[in-house]
Amino acid sequence: MSVLYDAPGPKTRRRSRIASVISILAIIGLLVWLYFTLAAPRISANGVETPGMFDPSRADILSDPILWQAFGRGVVNTLRMAAVAAILAVAVGILFSFGRSARSRWVRIPTTVILEFLRGLPVLLMIFFVFLVFSTGSYWAGVIGLGLYNGAIIGEALRAGIQALPRGQREAGMSIGLTVLQTRFFIEFPQAFRQMLPIIIAQLVVLLKDTSLAYVVSYQELARTIKGLQDFYGNRYLFTLYAVGLVLYLILNLSLSWLARYIARRSGPKQGATIDPEVPKIPGGDGTQALMLPLRGGNLKRGG
Amino acid sequence: MDAIIAVTPLYLAGMVKTLQLLVIAGIGAFIVGVFVAALRISPVPALRAFATAYTELIRNVPLLLVLFFFAYVMPILGSNLDYFTLAAIGLTVYTSPFVAEAVRSGINGVPVGQAEAARSIGLGFTQTVTLIVLPQAGRMVVPPLINVFIALTKNTSVAGLFFVDELFKATGPATRDYSDAIIPVLLYAGALYLSITVPLGILAGYIEKKVTVLR
Repeated sequence: MSVLYDAPGPKTRRRSRIASVISILAIIGLLVWLYFTLAAPRISANGVETPGMFDPSRADILSDPILWQAFGRGVVNTLRMAAVAAILAVAVGILFSFGRSARSRWVRIPTTVILEFLRGLPVLLMIFFVFLVFSTGSYWAGVIGLGLYNGAIIGEALRAGIQALPRGQREAGMSIGLTVLQTRFFIEFPQAFRQMLPIIIAQLVVLLKDTSLAYVVSYQELARTIKGLQDFYGNRYLFTLYAVGLVLYLILNLSLSWLARYIARRSGPKQGATIDPEVPKIPGGDGTQALMLPLRGGNLKRGG
Repeated sequence: MDAIIAVTPLYLAGMVKTLQLLVIAGIGAFIVGVFVAALRISPVPALRAFATAYTELIRNVPLLLVLFFFAYVMPILGSNLDYFTLAAIGLTVYTSPFVAEAVRSGINGVPVGQAEAARSIGLGFTQTVTLIVLPQAGRMVVPPLINVFIALTKNTSVAGLFFVDELFKATGPATRDYSDAIIPVLLYAGALYLSITVPLGILAGYIEKKVTVLR
């Protein structure tokens, strides 16, 4: 129950019911309209009538094993790239978080500059850059491009996590005789990582979505598969192929998002956590889009 | 160096298209996003559910697939819009849930006490939202919103894969024509992107700091 409005009385309940019914009808109307618009046969520019989008003649390829094999390969290729890029991104992120919170300014400033670079550039451009400049082949171009970009974002999240720890943690580590590096590794980092786990996983979901950008270097992932199959079966099947690809992406992403939420709930910030709960809160936590990271309190200052 | 000078006209033309996409899709996404955010806090459950479904669905579809739909599938469905318009619509649709989330998180960021206080002095839903919550949320929303626009700037590059002659698309012919200077030519394009994203980022950080002081 929101504080924005009272527990509804009988009159409001009736009004709310009416509003609900009207909006449900409107939404259903919209969906029905969409369905019939799609299902209606249409006349193309040269006067030929083509069947509607749900016409069986557009769906007959769905029983073709070649199609499913191709989609299967697409899914596997997408996952293969996402998995390796995710490992790379976390590794790069850890390095960045250390570099940015280093005490020597000869480490800190160059790291900051590189990080700003990576965060401000389109992933697409990075993948293209790696592909052309290092001639790595399309798979590694995608992996490296995605790994660097998402690594930069994860690095910022980790750094915010380290910075948000109470000073006492670090001081306690030093006072029992650990070196600066040991304190960072054994005291600060594990806590920051745990705190930031939900953000990191949310970023990995973004990474999975962004594997589709390897389209640009003709990597045969899911989106390329749709295009390839369009060339194979012809334009009339494009709508069907697209719908299949879309559903596959949704299954992949929604299940990973669900997993992310599950892990976040299990191992996210605990009650009585040492970190100010304000800091790691992220609205939505997303995006090629990323950069929804909180900027609060100079924790994640950009620019500068 | 010659290559840099030679590709400049091409890049600037691309940059103009990129900025156009950014502005058009930015405004469009803002309008749609605020509308969706309004639906998400509305007292009518059906509208809330619809807005939630919309947000969840679109956020889980890759941008490339959204633009793919607009560039390849829409023409088959009988649209005769040009690719620029289609890409602008696609970016609008894709960005709107992120705007909605930013706005919603801003609204949620206003302490509950504020809404409670407003309710306790007898203000209704509309009054509470328009007079108390929104004016405060407005300030909190700006930095995350700018971050959404930074992301949008970078996302406009994907439109280059779908026949829009924006900045990223321009790197194709540029690298082909100056294959001996690929690195500077690509870095040049990157610098142009950074010239949009970095100032926006600094602006977001600056406003963020001001808002924090005000609180």
